[in-house]
Amino acid sequence: MAQNANVLKVSLSPKLNPVGQAAPGTASAGYSRADRLGAWKARWGINRMAYRVNPGLYALGAPSAASPVFATANYKLSFDALRVSLKGVDAWLLVLDTRGINVWCAAGKGTFGTLELARIIAETGLEKVVSHRTVILPQLGAPGVSAHRVKAYTGFFVVYGPVRAEDLPEYLRLGRATPEMRRVRFNFTDRMILAPIQLVHFGRYLVPAAALLFLLGYRADAAYTLGALLAGGALVPALLPWLPGRSFAVKSAAAGLLVTALLALAHDQTPAQFAARALIYSAIASFVGLDFTGASTYTSLSGVKKEMRLAMPAHALAVAAGLVILAAGRFL
Amino acid sequence: MSMEYLRGVSTLKLDVEKCIGCGMCVNVCPHAVFVVENRKAAITDVDRCMECGACAGNCPVDAILVKKGVGCAQAVRTGFLRGTEPNCDCGDDGNCC
Repeated sequence: MAQNANVLKVSLSPKLNPVGQAAPGTASAGYSRADRLGAWKARWGINRMAYRVNPGLYALGAPSAASPVFATANYKLSFDALRVSLKGVDAWLLVLDTRGINVWCAAGKGTFGTLELARIIAETGLEKVVSHRTVILPQLGAPGVSAHRVKAYTGFFVVYGPVRAEDLPEYLRLGRATPEMRRVRFNFTDRMILAPIQLVHFGRYLVPAAALLFLLGYRADAAYTLGALLAGGALVPALLPWLPGRSFAVKSAAAGLLVTALLALAHDQTPAQFAARALIYSAIASFVGLDFTGASTYTSLSGVKKEMRLAMPAHALAVAAGLVILAAGRFL
Repeated sequence: MSMEYLRGVSTLKLDVEKCIGCGMCVNVCPHAVFVVENRKAAITDVDRCMECGACAGNCPVDAILVKKGVGCAQAVRTGFLRGTEPNCDCGDDGNCC
């Protein structure tokens, strides 16, 4: 890491000529119906990867050389959150090229990172636009950025603002972020806003599977399959804090079991058949819900690896055992 | 009710000897894992750490070590299938996060 940094430092010296200094674009703090519709579509995965703004420097209001500079990603939802939160503030918005990915995820990959920040500072000629040497970054950009390296490469101080853009007015008023502003949350709304993407992602496989089962005459199993999709994709986000355990695989299996048991109330079957379906559909719900680790704001890679090592074989075993029980009941 | 992840898994380590107490780790940590007391950083609850790596990358004296990564099952699966480290680079399938 440290060695790498030295290499990069040489190749990205701020003395390199900035390339293509374009005049800053402008941005408004208004939020239109088109913005609202675009946001809704992005949340459902419709053309989400094309929901971008052009990287570069934008003038919000009528900024001067002394106005603050705020960095963000070129995902339009990120850009919108920033510009709308800064209503009434004259500022410069520095949009990094994160390939249409939000700040936190891009920071995790490094595309919202030290080098891209240094590049965009150089390319936009920021040092000639502003008289100060401070760039305010969203705190969640920090996994990709080394503040001290940005200083070394560009001369600009990186200051980490709050996690949420909506806290910016208060942050600017106080001149600092409170501990509360520095913490990520994962409340009901935060979770449910991410549910559609999960449903769309797994619905691509499970809805056709359910349709096939239905056409083959397995109507109950078609319903259980959709139930497992809803359990893992919607119930897990909704009930996350209340589902048992810390493991997402366990929480999701519980959600799957709950939905399977509810559907079974309307389905006449032997106890063995119920047990088999409980195994199969809890495992499917567990598989779906385990992916919500990626949407969550508090799971670690080490933790996910640990639970996947146990969950993957458990899912396979549960489905296999369930199928064996169902087949045995049919043929014996 | 619990939104705490698995215990005892985080790879986060702090070298108190190296620490200069600048407080950058406190600023960047989204889960308030660090505090600075008596000019030294300290880890309050390592089980809250999600290994995002913000603290390590912003520590000017390299006093923090963590195996940085994304806590995402899909990324772990992708990494496993491609034989790479877990990552959420999804290339051309057009559905990234």
